[in-house]
Amino acid sequence: MPSARAPADSTKPLRGGRRALVLGIGNILWADEGFGVRAVEAFHRDHVLPGDVTVMDGGTQGLYLVNYLEGIDDLLVFDAIDYGLEPGTLKLVRDGEVPKFTGAKKMSLHQTGFQEVLSAAELMGFYPGRLALIGCQPLDLEDWGGPLTQAVAGRIPTAIEAAVAILTEWGYAVGRREAPLAEGEALLGNDIDHAAYERRAETGIGT
Amino acid sequence: MGIETPNGFKLDNSGKRVVVDPVTRIEGHMRVEVNVDANNVIRNAVSTGTMWRGIEVILKGRDPRDAWAFTERICGVCTGTHALTSVRAVENALDIKIPENANTIRNIMQLTLQVHDHVVHFYHLHALDWVDVVSALSADPKATSALAQSISDWPLSSPGYFRDLQGRLKKFVESGQLGPFKNGYWGHAAYKLPPEANLMAVAHYLEALDFQKEMVKIHTIYGGKNPHPNWLVGGVPCAINIDGTGAVGAVNMERLNYVSSIIDQMITFTEQVYLPDLQAIGSFYKDWLYGGGLSSTSVMSYGDIPEHANDYSPSSLKMPHGVILNGNLKEVLPIDHKDPAQIQEFVTHSWYKYPDETKGLHPWDGVTEPHYELGPKAKGTRTNIEALDEEAKYSWIKSPRWKGNAVEVGPLARYIIGYAQGKPEFKEPADKLLTDLGVPLTALFSTLGRTAARALECQWAVHQLRYFQDKLMASLKAGDLATANTDKWSPDKWPAEAKGFGFTEAPRGALGHWIKVKAGKIDNYQCIVPTTWNGSPRDPKGNIGAFEAALMDTPLADPEKPLEILRTLHSFDPCLACSTHVMSPDGQDMATVTVR
Repeated sequence: MPSARAPADSTKPLRGGRRALVLGIGNILWADEGFGVRAVEAFHRDHVLPGDVTVMDGGTQGLYLVNYLEGIDDLLVFDAIDYGLEPGTLKLVRDGEVPKFTGAKKMSLHQTGFQEVLSAAELMGFYPGRLALIGCQPLDLEDWGGPLTQAVAGRIPTAIEAAVAILTEWGYAVGRREAPLAEGEALLGNDIDHAAYERRAETGIGT
Repeated sequence: MGIETPNGFKLDNSGKRVVVDPVTRIEGHMRVEVNVDANNVIRNAVSTGTMWRGIEVILKGRDPRDAWAFTERICGVCTGTHALTSVRAVENALDIKIPENANTIRNIMQLTLQVHDHVVHFYHLHALDWVDVVSALSADPKATSALAQSISDWPLSSPGYFRDLQGRLKKFVESGQLGPFKNGYWGHAAYKLPPEANLMAVAHYLEALDFQKEMVKIHTIYGGKNPHPNWLVGGVPCAINIDGTGAVGAVNMERLNYVSSIIDQMITFTEQVYLPDLQAIGSFYKDWLYGGGLSSTSVMSYGDIPEHANDYSPSSLKMPHGVILNGNLKEVLPIDHKDPAQIQEFVTHSWYKYPDETKGLHPWDGVTEPHYELGPKAKGTRTNIEALDEEAKYSWIKSPRWKGNAVEVGPLARYIIGYAQGKPEFKEPADKLLTDLGVPLTALFSTLGRTAARALECQWAVHQLRYFQDKLMASLKAGDLATANTDKWSPDKWPAEAKGFGFTEAPRGALGHWIKVKAGKIDNYQCIVPTTWNGSPRDPKGNIGAFEAALMDTPLADPEKPLEILRTLHSFDPCLACSTHVMSPDGQDMATVTVR
């Protein structure tokens, strides 16, 4: 089965020993909450990356994502951000600006935000050296089962351009993928890839 | 005005109303409102929440063999449990039998998830309801070391270790960003641990955070990848080649031995860290036995961890199956997931519409038609509710009932059922803990009991992991390498119409999926998740659910800082805010408390 994580034997230092993680987080079942995952899915579909860059669909794993930050020097995250901006607004946040607050009064694991993941990484001594967050202001978070809204879906190409620029600036060689991904190599399979998921939403079958 | 519910609680909503709303920016999630009397004792409890409600819409018309991948996304933590429940439901509908090895590997995946969830819940979500982080700063490292060594052989216990850790913690706190420890009610009167116990617990908080990384490697090995391991209708997508080499491709001896070594570490950590901590913390809180709720009367567990592949009967299930009603521990009643009169969901107090709301619907016939309206006594507006009207509809969670009864599900329910059945693997550890703490059996029916049951169950689970890993190795060595049955993979082998159900015990309780298949596609799909059982609103007869019941009669030291409410609700490990985690630009307090 495909895993976007680089094979275990590619841990040898390539770029001065630095390693990067490109992470998309969010819930694909909750409309614009799925922005991060859909963005990283498209990024992975269209680009080839060196072996020291890992691409990951983090879903809503919350605190558990701290496990994947170990050994990571540079972290790039796609996520839905509530900055109270116009829906569809993209915002790039870097390093110390990336919010690190956490709500200790959370009711469950699922409420852990990514800020908590970063705090935990810091406590454990593997906070990433460079950090960038590509956020998109959601329009609709309450359409359970709904697709990304057009306001958000339309910003994915721009978000990906920003990601390519950041990775390039960090010294990672990002190239366009020439041949399309073979079936089974995509980041999301089993009919939950973006196209298959939204085909349903568009035709309205079952609604 | 006082009323008595059919399930035996006296409700009085005349006193001061306290509203705890953990996330106000986004509609819903979980919110509780309680009324306290003149002595700040809870006399009425109203629990409301947002619950996933769209899965049937998304899944209708899709391939049943893909359903697991969708249900896995319902929740960020129960991913594997939802996937397992889904493949079981499809296999039940289509009469697909899985090989023994597949059953064994699924049990290992599920038990790993249980252990991982229990450890993370105890240390990272719940411990801070009992442990005061700021108090740990004033602990004497030498005395902490003495305390740690008096309760366990765990090697990380020297005075120097605790001194270093305290220094790290001090630096972290002084940097002004308490991180995971932010927003606590530090210094609250309901914290009872001495500074040394607090420091020890904080040390183990960090050790657990480090160790949980190891545990999930089992999911990566048997599930092919992580997060979001792969699942398969008909077995497990995990080829085994015990003669193979290297780290990629089929699972080989080196990988199998690696799993085995992680299991050994899980046993050690549970027995030398988790259980001693639970007991140490429990000894300071054994007078705080609130929060029992329904646990002393009505509990339910579907059961899980089948010894034999394809046999989900109670005798095959190693995790207990059944229902206890009216506190009658002498009788454990069997559950039939197919019987339309047993498991039903009501919406009298939920924001949905049924043709006849006096009746419940079995999940195969379930409908989910939203209908949002506030009752006449509600305060505020539709988008900014100040106080709910619990006499009307007041939650996005439906009210599932078993034969009309509200029940608690989860580790405490499972443990009570196993205890009632006299199973030594459940009874003996519970009796030992109760004796060591010097408390009666009834102490189990409490918030602390719920927290303790989770730890005891974790110990049971790590040994079951050892058992199933050994069982797998024996089977492989005997030459049985089968992990999947693809005889009925092709839809042309399926009946034109079929229906089925699958169940598991998720870490937080009974989880069921019900499916109808028509012409090779999904025709209906319904999930009832554990927090629907525990967090349900009142039903047509007025029975309150497990969360509401557990809050009743609890005294609050300070209604403005309702630590006791959070402690009890956290003890259920609720899974309400399953999905939303949107970032916000500043560190504002996510939980708000309003007293009216």
